[in-house]
Amino acid sequence: MSMDLNVKAIKKNAFRITKVRGKTALRIRVPGGLIEAKHLQAVKEIAEQYGDGTVHITIRQGFEIPGIPFEKMDEVNQKIAQMIKEVEIDNGVDIDNAKKGYPASGTRNISACIGNEVCPFANYNTAKLAQRIEREVFPNDYHVKIAVTGCPNDCIKAHMQDFGIIGMADTQYERDRCVSCEACVKNCSLRVTGALIMHNGKVRKDERRCVGCGECVLTCPTAAWSRNPEKFYKLVIMGRTGKKNPRLAQPFLEWVDEETIIKVIKNTYEYIDKYIDRSLPKEHVGYIVDRTGYQVFKEYALKGVVLGPKARVAEHINFGGYLYERDGFMK
Amino acid sequence: MGYRLSNEKFNKLLDGLKGEYKIYAPIRFPKRGRFSDTDLIRYGEINKVEDVVWIEKSNYSPKEIVFPITQTLFYFTEDEFKESMVHNKKILIFLRPCDINGMRRLDTIFLNNGPIKDVYYERLREKVKFVMMECKDGFENCFCVSTNSNYTQDYSIAVRFTSNEVFCELKDESFQQFFSNLGTEMNFKPEYIEENSVKVQLPEVDKITTEFFNHDMWKEYSKRCIGCGRCNMACITCSCFTNSDIAYEENPNAGERRRVWAGCHIDKFTDMAGGHSFRQDYSSRMRFKTMHKIYDYKKRFGEHMCVGCGRCDDICPEYISFSNCINKVSKTLKEDESNAQ
Ligand code: SF4
Ligand code: SF4
Ligand code: SF4
Ligand code: SF4
Ligand code: SF4
Repeated sequence: MSMDLNVKAIKKNAFRITKVRGKTALRIRVPGGLIEAKHLQAVKEIAEQYGDGTVHITIRQGFEIPGIPFEKMDEVNQKIAQMIKEVEIDNGVDIDNAKKGYPASGTRNISACIGNEVCPFANYNTAKLAQRIEREVFPNDYHVKIAVTGCPNDCIKAHMQDFGIIGMADTQYERDRCVSCEACVKNCSLRVTGALIMHNGKVRKDERRCVGCGECVLTCPTAAWSRNPEKFYKLVIMGRTGKKNPRLAQPFLEWVDEETIIKVIKNTYEYIDKYIDRSLPKEHVGYIVDRTGYQVFKEYALKGVVLGPKARVAEHINFGGYLYERDGFMK
Repeated sequence: MGYRLSNEKFNKLLDGLKGEYKIYAPIRFPKRGRFSDTDLIRYGEINKVEDVVWIEKSNYSPKEIVFPITQTLFYFTEDEFKESMVHNKKILIFLRPCDINGMRRLDTIFLNNGPIKDVYYERLREKVKFVMMECKDGFENCFCVSTNSNYTQDYSIAVRFTSNEVFCELKDESFQQFFSNLGTEMNFKPEYIEENSVKVQLPEVDKITTEFFNHDMWKEYSKRCIGCGRCNMACITCSCFTNSDIAYEENPNAGERRRVWAGCHIDKFTDMAGGHSFRQDYSSRMRFKTMHKIYDYKKRFGEHMCVGCGRCDDICPEYISFSNCINKVSKTLKEDESNAQ
């Protein structure tokens, strides 16, 4: 009998239509890029029993298992059920039947750099925040890419996402602990933005220049610098690749708290719902913002958000990037 | 004389003492550690026994209480100067045997090193009384037994903390009044750690010759050490400082003389007048520190400077271990000696 497939339903179920006729690939989510190692067993078994024995590690930190015959999708969903239960449902993600596989694939895996469980630079636990965002936004069909990174080094490439969340340290200076060694000043000017200067044997910080990387805390030999235990984030938005206009995400909010980040992302889903062009098969959020303009997006995204005293919001954004069209002018 | 006090009673004791004393102990500064979501443990004033962090080693030593990181020595105007003031309370410090021994090194340097006493040190130090925190097990990187700093009798009170009560030995009669009516009398003597997991072989100072200062063993440190100075800042016995005159911005004719800690590993403090940097190479800084801690000081004062608290090893971002370095010195000296024979 010939194969008769509902391609849209299959894609929604996190299976892909591949180049090889009759074969699909399963996309497994790993929110925050962190799972218990035992789940690799399921990944291995699916690849070996149903796929072609290989596993592709995706840029979003998921697994993609190719070479699976379409008729095995149900069996594969059974195999992945325990992982979905432990990684998604136990994390509070609203999935009612793990045995049916992933209920959506539009909103991509929330990726994260390794964060402060390991990395000395990290300003917070990135995996935890990624898992929280997963819980808040997934399952969802809208195509949104989100990544969280521990510090402005941005190892996860948050600048290539629709939402890039970057940890910021509010570094605080205890004057009497400072031995005037100048290490923080030299380091900030060499590696960051030069936000610090020496003045009369003590350090002064230009708050507007400080990007909250936390390097001064790492550098100081006496712990004169330390982080405010309160967490702050920067949100960069609407970065993308693609065949039209690749561009880096641009700063939207700075020095905001976790609740603001969550609220803004959730508001954006409503914004998408309102403004998306339904005549298209899909429309990425960045292109919607291109159509409505930043101001409309901003107003929607900040609905009901109470910004803290340190928070800053971009007045205007010039998203820039470059246009593939212009390649026509290359010789 | 000994006492056994519930934490509650001990807090009453502290309340009584607070009238006369500023009371310092290692305390926790939540999420103020070098890395995010880690704590900083350093000395600070306490209000209650629960503030005292006794199950971990502090990242920094208690030296900052008697030798403040930044200290204004005096204020000046065009035609006069006025000495800075210190508070008028006495000082009580909770500290371990290694640090009490370390305090003696500081006393030697500031008070018994030449004809003139350092008055700025003395005016704080003379206020101080010690409460020794019993230390039976030590911590990672401690090698106090090798430096004979695991033991001391120099304290007014010794305490053993447990989760809900405190055992005290009272040696200094002047504290008797604070204890009366508080706890049950008992016999309590603190115990001392007898063996650290890290053991150090200190070199015999007369085996060290001038050639040894140029030995190849120092070379590796030139690439390994980054000159951050954390080892100096954390050390109970590092006691270098620099003075500078600060003119006030609003009125440059007025200002203050300020003293801040310095450290032999730190770039800034190895810059000599004239622009060239003395001990520029990090390996010579390591050699300088090592030789000061385990050679020069001993030659002069009869005991080693290093008390083996291990804080330098705890804090070094490059995993440079001072205890390993001392052992390397001893081993190298032995090897060179046997080669020569
Ligand atoms: S982005 Fe920052 S916190 Fe994350 S891995 Fe890179 S350096 Fe570490
Ligand atoms: S947090 Fe970073 S940018 Fe801000 S002062 Fe410290 S080193 Fe400079
Ligand atoms: S690194 Fe620390 S001690 Fe050195 S100048 Fe900066 S604040 Fe002061
Ligand atoms: S050199 Fe290291 S072990 Fe010795 S007293 Fe100083 S910090 Fe402690
Ligand atoms: S020995 Fe370690 S802590 Fe000391 S200056 Fe060198 S790198 Fe820094």
